[in-house]
Formats: sequence, C-alpha cells, structure tokens
Amino acid sequence: MMGVPIEHYLVLSAILFVIGAYGVIIRKNLIIVLMSLELMLNSANIAFVAFSRALLDMTGHVFMIMALTVAAVEVAVGLALVVAIYMHKETLDIDVLKMLKG
Amino acid sequence: MLVWIVLAPLIGVLVNGVVFASGIWKKLLNGDEHTEKRIVSFVGCGVILASAILSTLAFLKLSLTDEKHIIQELFVWIPSGELKIGFEFLLDSLSCVMSLVVTWVSFLIHVYSIGYMHEDRSYSRYFTYLNMFVFFMLLLVLGNNFPLMFVGWEGVGLASYLLIGFWYEDAEKAYAGRKAFIINRIGDFGFILGIFLIFFVFGSLNYQEVFSRALSPEFMDAIPQAVITTIALLLFVGAVGKSAQFPLYVWLPDAMAGPTPVSALIHAATMVTAGVYMIARCNVFYSQSPTAQMIVVGIATFTAFLAATIAITQNDIKKVLAYSTVSQLGYMFMGVGSGAYVAGMFHLVTHAFFKALLFLGSGSVIHALGGEQDIRKMGGLRRFLPVTSITFLIGTLAISGVPLFSGFFSKDEILGALYEKGYGICWFIALVTAVLTAFYMLRLYILTFEGKPRIPEDLKHHIHESPPSMLIPLIILAVLSVAGGYIGIPEFMWKSIGIEGENLFERFLSSSILSTEQVTHHALPHGSLTHWGLVALSVLAAFVGIALAVYMYAINPVLPERLTEKPIVSLLYRGSYGKWFVDEIYDLVFVKTFVNLSKLLALFDLKVIDGAVNGIAGAIRALASVLRTAQTGLLRFYAALMAIGVTAILVYMILSARF
Amino acid sequence: MESFIFYLFAVVSIASALIVVSHRNPVVSALSLVLTLFSTAVLFILLLAHFIAVIQVLIYAGAIMVLFIFTVMFLNLRDDALSFDARGMKLKLATLFVILLIVGYFSHLGFKKGVLLLISQSKNPIPENFGTAEAFAEILFKDYLLPFELTSILIVVAILGVVVIAKRRLN
Repeated sequence: MMGVPIEHYLVLSAILFVIGAYGVIIRKNLIIVLMSLELMLNSANIAFVAFSRALLDMTGHVFMIMALTVAAVEVAVGLALVVAIYMHKETLDIDVLKMLKG
Repeated sequence: MLVWIVLAPLIGVLVNGVVFASGIWKKLLNGDEHTEKRIVSFVGCGVILASAILSTLAFLKLSLTDEKHIIQELFVWIPSGELKIGFEFLLDSLSCVMSLVVTWVSFLIHVYSIGYMHEDRSYSRYFTYLNMFVFFMLLLVLGNNFPLMFVGWEGVGLASYLLIGFWYEDAEKAYAGRKAFIINRIGDFGFILGIFLIFFVFGSLNYQEVFSRALSPEFMDAIPQAVITTIALLLFVGAVGKSAQFPLYVWLPDAMAGPTPVSALIHAATMVTAGVYMIARCNVFYSQSPTAQMIVVGIATFTAFLAATIAITQNDIKKVLAYSTVSQLGYMFMGVGSGAYVAGMFHLVTHAFFKALLFLGSGSVIHALGGEQDIRKMGGLRRFLPVTSITFLIGTLAISGVPLFSGFFSKDEILGALYEKGYGICWFIALVTAVLTAFYMLRLYILTFEGKPRIPEDLKHHIHESPPSMLIPLIILAVLSVAGGYIGIPEFMWKSIGIEGENLFERFLSSSILSTEQVTHHALPHGSLTHWGLVALSVLAAFVGIALAVYMYAINPVLPERLTEKPIVSLLYRGSYGKWFVDEIYDLVFVKTFVNLSKLLALFDLKVIDGAVNGIAGAIRALASVLRTAQTGLLRFYAALMAIGVTAILVYMILSARF
Repeated sequence: MESFIFYLFAVVSIASALIVVSHRNPVVSALSLVLTLFSTAVLFILLLAHFIAVIQVLIYAGAIMVLFIFTVMFLNLRDDALSFDARGMKLKLATLFVILLIVGYFSHLGFKKGVLLLISQSKNPIPENFGTAEAFAEILFKDYLLPFELTSILIVVAILGVVVIAKRRLN
C-alpha cells in the first residue's frame, strides 16, 4: 500500500527547516548555531529524497549526496574557525564577536 | 606649381620658428645671435621672394596664353557625404593680381624689416610670424573653395593678433592684439554663417560649382531673392570685421601698437583687403542682389567719411595713417559694392603701393627719432631725412589723388562708377572725403617734414637717415606709386590723346568677373564729356584739400589753434579728436553688459550649481549614515533578515500561485 | 505499518530537533542532533533509499557529529558559558510554535493549489533496484560524473583550508 503521501514528508522537511532556522537566529553559542545549520541541511536532504521517490528518479539521491558532502566540508572548516576564534577571543558569544560592524 | 607659392612661406615659418624662434639655435646648438639674424633674414625674405617669382611666372602664363585659369588639386580634404572639400588652388586673374600684390609688397616689407627690427631681441619670432601671415594670406587668395578661404581668413587674423601684440610685455599692446582678434571674430561669425548658407543653397563650396549654379537662370529661379541677399550680406559682415568698416573698424587704430612694418603689410596692403577680394570673388552674388549692393556702398561711404573726419585732427603719425586706411578701404568697398569690381580692385592695388610706402616712411621717421610718434614733436625733417621725405611726399600726393600719380586713376574710376550707377549722394560724400583725404595727408606731411623743427633736444642727436635695407623698399614703392596707375588708365583717356589703348588692368581682370553685369563704365551713353567733368571735379577736390592744408599749416601756422577756439569748431574738434567716442560707447553698451552678465552667471554657477552638487553629496552622506546603522556586525541580525526576506518571497509566490 | 513508523520517527526527529535548538548544554544538543539524523535515516529507508540511509548514518551521524562532539569536548566550555543563552527559553519556544503553525498553514495552502497531489498518485511500477547501491552507482558515474569529480576537489580545498586555519594558532 502506498502509505504516507509525499506531502507529509515535505511538511516534515519544512518543520525541521524552520526549527533549524529558528535555532540559527535565536542561539548565541556559535557551535549551537552550526548545529542548527546542519539541521537545516538535513531537512533539505529529506525533501530531495522524498521527491526522488515520488518521481522515481535517482537524481534526487545524487543531489542529496552532494549536499551531504558540502555539509561535511562546511562543518570541518567551520569548526576549525570556531576553534581558532575561541583560542583568540576566549568567547563564543556571537553578540560579542561583531568585528564585521561597519 | 601653385602649391609652392603657398608652401614657400610655410617653409620659412617652419625653419625660422622651429630652429630659431623656439630657442633651439641659441640654447641647444649654442649659436650666436649674429648668425641667427643673418640666417633668419635670408630664409624669411628668400621664401617670400620665391613666392613672388613663382607668382610672376604664373601671371606671365595667364596673360600670354589663352588660359583663363589654372587649377591645381592636391587632395581631398573633407569627404563627408554630400560635402566634398578638396585642397585645391585656383589661379585666375583675380587671385593672380592679389597674389602678385601680396608677395611683392610682402617681400619689400620683409627686406625693410631687416633694418627696422635689427635691434629687437625677438627677431626670429617676428620673421616667423610674418612668414606665417603671408602663408595664410596666400591660402586665402589662392584657395578654390570657401573653406580654404576661411582657413586663410582665420589664419591671417591669428597672425595679425600675434603681430599686433608682438611686444606683449607692454599690456596695452597685448590688449590691442586681443581687441583686434575679438572684433574680427564677430565678423567671422557672419562669414561662416554665409558659408553655411551657400552650402545649403548650392550644395557645394567649390567656386566653380557654386558660381556656375549661381549664373544659370534655371537654378536661380528656384531661389528667392532674399536668400541671395542674405548670403551676400552675411559674407559682407565678415568683410566688415576683417577690413575694418563701420561698426567693426575700431581695432585698426589700436593695431598700430604693433611694429610699423606689420602695420604696413597687414593693416594697409594685404589683410584688410581680404574683404574686398572676397566681394570681388563673389561678384556673382552681389550682382544679383541690388539690396546688398546698396547696403555695402552705404556702409562703405559712411565709413570713408567718418574715418576721414577723425584723421584730420589726430597727432600720432601712425593713427592718421590708420584712419586713412579705414577711409580708403571704404573707397574700395564703394567700388566693388556698386558693381565696379575692376575699379575696386584697382584701388586695392594702388593703395597697397602708396599706403605701404607711407607706413614704411613713417617707420623710417619713428626709427630716426628713436620711437617718437607725435607729429607735434616733429617738423623740418626734410633736411635730415631726404630720401624718406621725398618718398613720403610721393605717397601723399598719390593718396590725395593728384593727377598722374596712381591714386588719381584708381580713385577717379571709383568716383566715376558711383556716379554712373546712380549713387549720387554717395558720390558727393566720396568727393568731400577726397577733399578731407588730401587735407589730412598734406597736413601730416607738412607737420612732419616741413617748417621749423619742434624736435625735443634729447632726440636731436639721434636723427639719422635709415639704412639702405629700409630705403630701397621705400624707393621701389614710390616708383610703383607713380607708375602703378598706368596699367589702369581708362579707354577714354587714351582716346583723348589719340592712342588706341585700353584699360589693361580691366582686360586682364575681367576674365574673373563672371557676372553678366558690365564691369566698367565704358558703355556710358553720356560720352566722354561727363567723364572729363568727373575727372575735373576729383582733381579740384584734391587741390582744394591740398591748398587748405598748405594754408593752414605752412603759411599761417597759428590758424588751426585759433580756429579750434571758436565755439562750434571747438565742439567738432573735440569730437573728431576723440574719435567720435565710438570706443567709449562700445565699452558702455557691450563690454560692461557682458562683464556684468558674466558676474551674474558666475554667481549662479557658485550658488546654484555648486550648491546642487555639494547638496547631493551632503544628502548622500546623510543617507549613508542612516544606512550604516544596519551594519551591526551581529550575525543573528543578518540571519534574521535573510530569513524574513526569503519568507516574504515564498509567501508572495504561494499567494500569487502562478505555477 | 508504514505510516506508523513514519509518524513515530517524524515525531522523534522533531522532538530531538527542538532539544538541539533549546537545550543549554552543547553536549546534549550534539547528541540530540545525532538522534535526529538517525531518525532521518529511518525515514530514508521508508522512502526506498537504502543506500542513502546507510550513507547518512555513516557520514552524517558518524563522521560529522563525531567532529562536533570532539570540538565541544576539546573547547571545554565552562558552565556559565553554557548558560548564557538559556534565558527566556519558554518564550522563545512559544514563538517557535506560532511560527510552525504559520508554516503549516502555508504549506497546506501550497498543497491545495499545487501540482504535488499528482505526484503522490503516481502509478508507475517501481523499478527493481530503485534506491540500491547499484542503481545509485549507475547514475552517479554515468550522468553525474563531473559533479562527482568536482566534489573531490572541494574536499581537497577544504582540507587545505582547515590545515591553514588550524596552523595559525601555533605562532
């Protein structure tokens, strides 16, 4: 039986995305922000795979792998930066880290 | 071959200018001044002599063969759609006459300058400018289309400016140069409008094409009379500026600030005659527009009379000659303006001879007196400067119209033409002007050369006759002033002494006068009695003037002063002496207005335009400081904004749901 | 059966996501994120993406989260640093709930208007090897070879970047 309609997966993806976005905006700890970012990427992956199943096209899977790769890379670089910043500034509060102020 | 007539002076300019005037010889090559002066003189006069010889050869070719004209095309200068202007030279009898006059008189004046400018430290610059002038003048007269004439026109204006203000360290002299150039520009504006109109109407700027179209009745039927008149008048505006007619004559007296040979060459013999040449060249236009002719003759007559009334009271030797030039130019325009193109050109030629002679003679006097130009401080110079005084007297008699001198023949032809063509009033005024001319010229001669010397003591030892380089041109010009008239003796005069002669000048020149109007007054039904009557009247005028001058200045020297004390005479005298205050009127009406307008505009520029620019900058700065508050550097702030933005777009897409 | 598993793991993933976002302790957040990723993998299996699910667990939950936890431990954040943004968390969660409602509403609107309904009704017979490693490899190395190679370059660049950034603090 068909079971769950595809729309449900998409709604799930949207909910997880919003939670992730919310986390990025609300939290002050830089590491938590990065984790929320991962959450958003993950929700996008769910959407990809859901569509791939609905359209019966493997391209969605390939795309998801690419997104995953990018996420991994981004986490690696991001965490290296976090470590560097913590060593320099002794804090991870992004309200304090406002060297971009114009 | 024609191109070399024009190019030779240019070579002179390049050599003298680049090598010597620029200072390369002195500074880079360590040349000495004496050699510099010798080379510059040789090159400067040599190129002009080359031009003169070539012009003479061309003249022989024209006169001895059946050729009416020679055209030499060099290259196409401006090919632009319908407009195709070529760099072409035309030698017909008209330009040949001009070329001969320009080159030979220039040559004599160049030779004269060697002596006159010998002590001057800008010797090379002087010859560079002088050669440049001749180059442009030849371009003007030998060009085969209007743009080339205009190039020459502007070029001689430039050379004139440079030479008038030659001694530029004196601010007054520099201003005189500037005044000449600006007033010329006003005339040039009209001239160039005329050229535009010619192109618009005739579709070409080449003389042959334009004039052949202007002569064909089918073409001209389609063109309203007013257009031709406008063309003629616009071109005449240019002539008014260049040839110093009223109201644009005021630059010529001031131009006497330049060296005297310059005054002789440019402001007597050649540049100022460019306007006359132009009208003679465009005779086709003027002959088809009686209105334009009347205006030209009217202005010319008025100018001639006005200038003569000023000349009778002036005390600077060069100023008298300057106003005399303006007056004689008026005569020339009376000639060409009334349709007597040959008469006008004839007077141009004779005037070149005797006016150059008079100016060079005055230069000789000034040179002898170490720079003094006031005739009240002269007198009795005949003893000290014999050659100068005799040649000056010859020039004076020529300009006064004394019989057998050249001026007599040319002036008489013009007066005759005026009478015949029906310009009765103008003829009478011209006659009165002739009286005044004779009067002021003799006054000049007597006060300068005759009587008891009134020379200040310190200048007395300085007096010496000029060197041969200055005297020989004087002598040659004096001979020409006498003999030059014989080429233009009218037919009726030859007939009356039994010789079957004809007016040689007229025969030569008539091949260039394309208009169908009769160029001379030989077809007069009155017969030669009227001719002789007119001749007699002009001779009488000359002698009345001479007699008056002799009486007032030689026989009864205290008379002039006593006269000026009488009430009405005193008023007239002051007006005449003050040049009828024309300069002052111009200053008040035009100059002050422009200066005030400029001040107003400057204020506008400062307040409004600068204010606007600065205002915009200030506004942007204020806006920027407002926008800067968005650059908080807070990551969350940016993220939030991005999220809100994307959400808004998505909401819009969903709500509009076009997919 | 299928829908039960779906709803169960959907709830689990949402709940653990909420914990990630709202908990004070970063270690707890990290572990909760692992749970979210795990449930996502289960959902992938439900979507017949077997190979992908395994990859998700191996790399995402396996490598990336290990990196996260490793960093958190390494930095050794003190307690006051942990608590600085836990104030007013209830209010923040309430706001989140409101936003989710709005999102749900708009999704509902979108579904009503959209084309998506057609997709879920697709009657195509499912290919035999849909979602397996074989099918995945076939499409990856035939149609999408270039992106695959480019990702390897991307990884090399990242490695270089990380080495450079990490090296600096040794001065």
